[in-house]
Amino acid sequence: MPSSPENPNSPLGIGTGTSRRTLLRNAAAVSLVALPGAALLDACATSSGGGGSTSGGGTKSAENPLGVDPKAPLEVVIFAGGYGDEYAKQVHVPIYKKAFPEADVKESGIQKIATTLQPRYNGGTPPDVVDNSGTEQMDFGALSSAGQLQDLTDLWNAPSVDDPKKKVSDVVQVGMIDQGKLDGKSYIFNYVSTVYGIWYNAKLWASKGWTPPTTWDDFTATLDKIKAAGITPYGYAGANASYYQYLVILTSAAKLGGADILKNIDNLEDGAWTNDAVHKSAEAWAAIGAKYTDKSFLGLKHTEVQLKQNQDKLALYPSGNWLENEQKTNTPATFEYAMFPVPSLTSSDKLPVTAVWAGAGEPFIVSAKGKNPKGGMEYFRRMLTKEGAQGFTKLTGSLTVLQGASEGLSLPPGMTSSAKAQTAAGANTFYYNFDGWYKDLDTELRAATNELFYGGGTADKFVTRMQAKADAIKKDSSIKKFKR
Amino acid sequence: MRHGKYRFVASFLAVPLVLYVFYVLWPYAQAFNIALTNWNGFAPPVYVGFANFQRMFHDQLFIKAVEHNLFLLLALPLITVTIALFLSFMLNVGGRSRSGVRTGVWGSKFYRLVFFFPQVLAVAIIGVLFQQILRPDTSGAFNGPLHALLGIGPVGFLTNPTVAMWTVLGVLVWQAVGFYVVLFSAGMVSIPQDIYEAAELDGASRVSMFFRVTLPLLFDTIQVAWVYLGIAAFDAFALVQVLTVEQGGPDGATTVLANEIYRSNFVYSRAGYASAMGVALFFLTLAFAALTIRITRRERIEF
Repeated sequence: MPSSPENPNSPLGIGTGTSRRTLLRNAAAVSLVALPGAALLDACATSSGGGGSTSGGGTKSAENPLGVDPKAPLEVVIFAGGYGDEYAKQVHVPIYKKAFPEADVKESGIQKIATTLQPRYNGGTPPDVVDNSGTEQMDFGALSSAGQLQDLTDLWNAPSVDDPKKKVSDVVQVGMIDQGKLDGKSYIFNYVSTVYGIWYNAKLWASKGWTPPTTWDDFTATLDKIKAAGITPYGYAGANASYYQYLVILTSAAKLGGADILKNIDNLEDGAWTNDAVHKSAEAWAAIGAKYTDKSFLGLKHTEVQLKQNQDKLALYPSGNWLENEQKTNTPATFEYAMFPVPSLTSSDKLPVTAVWAGAGEPFIVSAKGKNPKGGMEYFRRMLTKEGAQGFTKLTGSLTVLQGASEGLSLPPGMTSSAKAQTAAGANTFYYNFDGWYKDLDTELRAATNELFYGGGTADKFVTRMQAKADAIKKDSSIKKFKR
Repeated sequence: MRHGKYRFVASFLAVPLVLYVFYVLWPYAQAFNIALTNWNGFAPPVYVGFANFQRMFHDQLFIKAVEHNLFLLLALPLITVTIALFLSFMLNVGGRSRSGVRTGVWGSKFYRLVFFFPQVLAVAIIGVLFQQILRPDTSGAFNGPLHALLGIGPVGFLTNPTVAMWTVLGVLVWQAVGFYVVLFSAGMVSIPQDIYEAAELDGASRVSMFFRVTLPLLFDTIQVAWVYLGIAAFDAFALVQVLTVEQGGPDGATTVLANEIYRSNFVYSRAGYASAMGVALFFLTLAFAALTIRITRRERIEF
């Protein structure tokens, strides 16, 4: 998901440590996902039975509106990627334990979500709360069609912990709940508030007299100046983070043609890719790729390119607002993160230049077939307290979807800059979901973006290719479809 | 007494046999079954007949992956065996003849050790290592000197779609050669010295000695090497996964069957389709091994 940072802790990529033996398991027999220790006859990989019984819950009260069994154990699995899992260990789990001292809460941070947890879902013993994020996140469509996801409606209707007069749905960022719906059902809780933009070194720009551009002519003129100064003007990491750039291409398209452009793409509408807005945007970005980048970035990873920016060898880098925190240890004193929204393509763009891709990221789910689904929802309710949200922000440098949670916190400059951009955007924000819904489309778009930007591709080829893939997915009856 | 012996042997074999059946044969059998379903890894599977196999023939990435595997199948054994044969010949019999005993070139013991080094490294480490060595900017170990000394623009070893597959092949060969040098060396040592002596007395050159003596007498070992390397060519998963851009990219230019299987299951949640591809890979590997053994069957020379 573009709303989540690429995992920086795994320089080897997802192939890390895959031996020949694991290959054989995966390749010739996917079925070895069966849990070891299962009885021989019950070891068929596709068996989805077994598991413990679901906790019926305790008595409901003002303190415990969801009716959690205070003694029921709770298991939480966190994707230990860009945000780590300290926030759960040090903040959220203790908050839950304070409320339910008798509950045994087990937390673990892992990176390979799908390979680790898919067998457990399949075996009927899923953990209660999962932060289903990262390159190896589990497919939400597959999870929901298997009835593995807990409907979170009860949580949104429950009173907030901090202010019991308000419902939880009233204290979270507008649109977050809708973004987490699959087929109209609320399954996904995105915890982190994400804003996307183009990042630069405010100190360098001030010293050179460059200013954040708002129009496309401004933008290219600034890129020319940067190039003349001997710095690579613009680039992203093609090896593993091309989705940072496809988000920018689609942002330009949405600004030009309105946010419905993205809705049509999500809904696999006919001609969603071949329309004028996407075509013009692809054309404009292909021109930037042809003139203002370093083609060798195609072979680099996000951390390598981000380091180049910290060294002032690269001026502009598209990313989400986790970037500053991610680069914390590599950022020299001469570097100060700031971002600006993607400049307008034309003067007749449907959305103003301040419009940004803003959404909620870091998708959390509760397992419907887990042992303690009510406890899982209660855990979310406790995450959405000022204490939980501020603790998260302090440890990760990222804002949460809890409204007003950053009051009283001093934010680093980059975070301030992105928060300002989000305020300026107001209601002019947009997002897409296709990357989580249709992994095929995400893979295709990553490759097509690299071809367009670094491989000398054309806008015609880009939109035709993407439309063909979207049409193929639409026709494929084996892929579950979603609408928004 | 005889009866007791079998019971004795069986008691040793029982545990490995059960493990083998449970962890190898049983999953294999299940893969054949799952290949006929639309299982997504979570929900109960539904049988869909041969739909997964039909899908394979329209899947451009699957076809690309098979092509790449076949490319490796042809090139990897050929190049590795050729280089390994040459090196081990030089290390063992390529040098001067010392009082009738053929020895390797000067420093051959040292070389033998050096050639074996890559074999010691895990594939994941080799992947990360070569990622840095082949970096497409001027800080790459290849591109740096190329740029500084020859002024050649950075070569996209891993980013240029036409070059990338050759790069993967190159790294695979680099890693494999050392092991086969050792294997062939062991084979050459067991070739009786008097055959070489006789050839030398007849005035055979090193080249004809290699082709007329070493190669025929080493044929069994080469055959084994060929099968091993062929099976390795059907694999290549770990290296492609770690080394290449976008795990098999750019744009599917380096993807192999095993990567597509992995992607189908763990990214697209299509366990049924992944199993179908696994079945295809199973038959490809089996066909290759059977074919190689059949074609290369010949009289064994006793010495």
